[in-house]
Amino acid sequence: MRHILVPLYAIIIFLILWELLVWINEWPNYKMASPSDIWPAFWKFKVLFFQYGWDTLWRTVVGLFIAVLCGVFLGMIMGFSKVLREAIYPLLVGFNAIPKATVVPIIALMFVGQHDLNTILIAFMISFFPIAVSVSIGLSTLEPEYRDILRSLGASKSLIFWKIALPKTLPEFFGALKVAVTLAFIGTNLMEIVSPHGRGLGALFDSGKTNSDYPLMFAVLIALALLGIGLYYVVVVLEKIFAGWAERSSD
Amino acid sequence: MSLYKKKDTIIIKHVTHTYKTETGLLPVIKNLNMSVPENGFTAVVGPSGCGKSTLTKLISGLLQPDEGEVYLGGEKITTPRPTVGMAFQNPVLLEWRTIIKNVMLPLEIVPNKLNSLEKEQRAKQLLSLVGLEGFEEKKPSELSGGMRQRASLCRALVHKPEVLILDEPFGALDAFTREDLWQVMHNLRKEEPFTGILITHDLRESIFLADEVVVLSGRPASKQFFVKVPKSKIPKLESLYTSKSIDLLKSLRKQIEIAQNQQEQNK
Repeated sequence: MRHILVPLYAIIIFLILWELLVWINEWPNYKMASPSDIWPAFWKFKVLFFQYGWDTLWRTVVGLFIAVLCGVFLGMIMGFSKVLREAIYPLLVGFNAIPKATVVPIIALMFVGQHDLNTILIAFMISFFPIAVSVSIGLSTLEPEYRDILRSLGASKSLIFWKIALPKTLPEFFGALKVAVTLAFIGTNLMEIVSPHGRGLGALFDSGKTNSDYPLMFAVLIALALLGIGLYYVVVVLEKIFAGWAERSSD
Repeated sequence: MSLYKKKDTIIIKHVTHTYKTETGLLPVIKNLNMSVPENGFTAVVGPSGCGKSTLTKLISGLLQPDEGEVYLGGEKITTPRPTVGMAFQNPVLLEWRTIIKNVMLPLEIVPNKLNSLEKEQRAKQLLSLVGLEGFEEKKPSELSGGMRQRASLCRALVHKPEVLILDEPFGALDAFTREDLWQVMHNLRKEEPFTGILITHDLRESIFLADEVVVLSGRPASKQFFVKVPKSKIPKLESLYTSKSIDLLKSLRKQIEIAQNQQEQNK
């Protein structure tokens, strides 16, 4: 019970302080909207919130899914072959170093009007890097004795991967996935904000800006936070199921 | 007449092995000859870094010798084979598996006719033999170092290998736990006869567990000294403190010193 009540109280206190801050400073809602402005703003556009929220969510999840596939694949290549790691790593670092906000207009022009594809692409590009790095590190730091135990019995490379390398890498993989979830949301919104006809919460945020509906913008932020929290905890649950062994019991 | 008797299970014949490093060639084993008879147990001792671990890799087929041959049960070794069981200083248990599932791991890889119930019974039987009854469903992280090493020994033996290779399996344990595990080894040998080779740094361990002790010279290693250890039927720790044992230990220590000096000079 405590682990539900304590965070709940914290959130309530946070909202009260936020409300007070706006009230004491007598800020207008275009400077900062208060929590009490947000609910009406949400209620006014509730249908759009659910429709666009769904767009944002599925695009993020698909982008993330592709990021997992590509990240794991690249990680495996780099984890198993030193030569390929030396070849791919600098490219990967260079690609990751490019701020994705600058890639957004390029992608938007490249696939004009294909809002789903554009958004998924950016979500993917921004989030695959930590996955690839963590998988490659997990695989390349596998103690040689683990391999020898199976190899001395005549096990094939793929059997060693499935029995030992993959499960042993899972804790690192999930750690990276938690980072990737947040990144993927950033990617989705970067693209949605610049494509006003592209639906999604980012587009709703943009329409709030053009129509000077500031409480709406804040309501979108809250909605994004809720989606992000939800997806994050989905990853936490998956981690508990597949890599729960890595967690030491506290007693 | 051959120098090597047919019944010898492990035969190492004129084996030479050299590593290629960035600074050049590093010869680790040079013209090594030794053998372990069926159901015999031989300890290999030698100075640190003299190539003992390389030897275990050559016997298990993980490495191929540059020159010479290794035979297991009369067959020349060219690749790893399922008739070998290995245990290292690091017990390398898979943390996501329970102890019994760890012990059963080789049975998932080595071809066998056991059904899942028989596999479980086999693993349970070994675990109770080493005193791990009741720990089957625990995770490795819940066990002490000595218990993990016991489980690791069970895993090495579960598929009834012809040859057991132990690479300093007790090296990281405290002295009393180590002595407990020596007794476990004697129990295992009695109940599950195997042909074994034990790499160790502990001379007391070598004469307490093995029938024969081979001292390797400094790198590149070859056989420098060889001694048979007389054994009583029921080995007791006290037997290590008889004057006979102490003389044996002294002579082994002397040999190690010679090997160390030689390795120093070869540097």
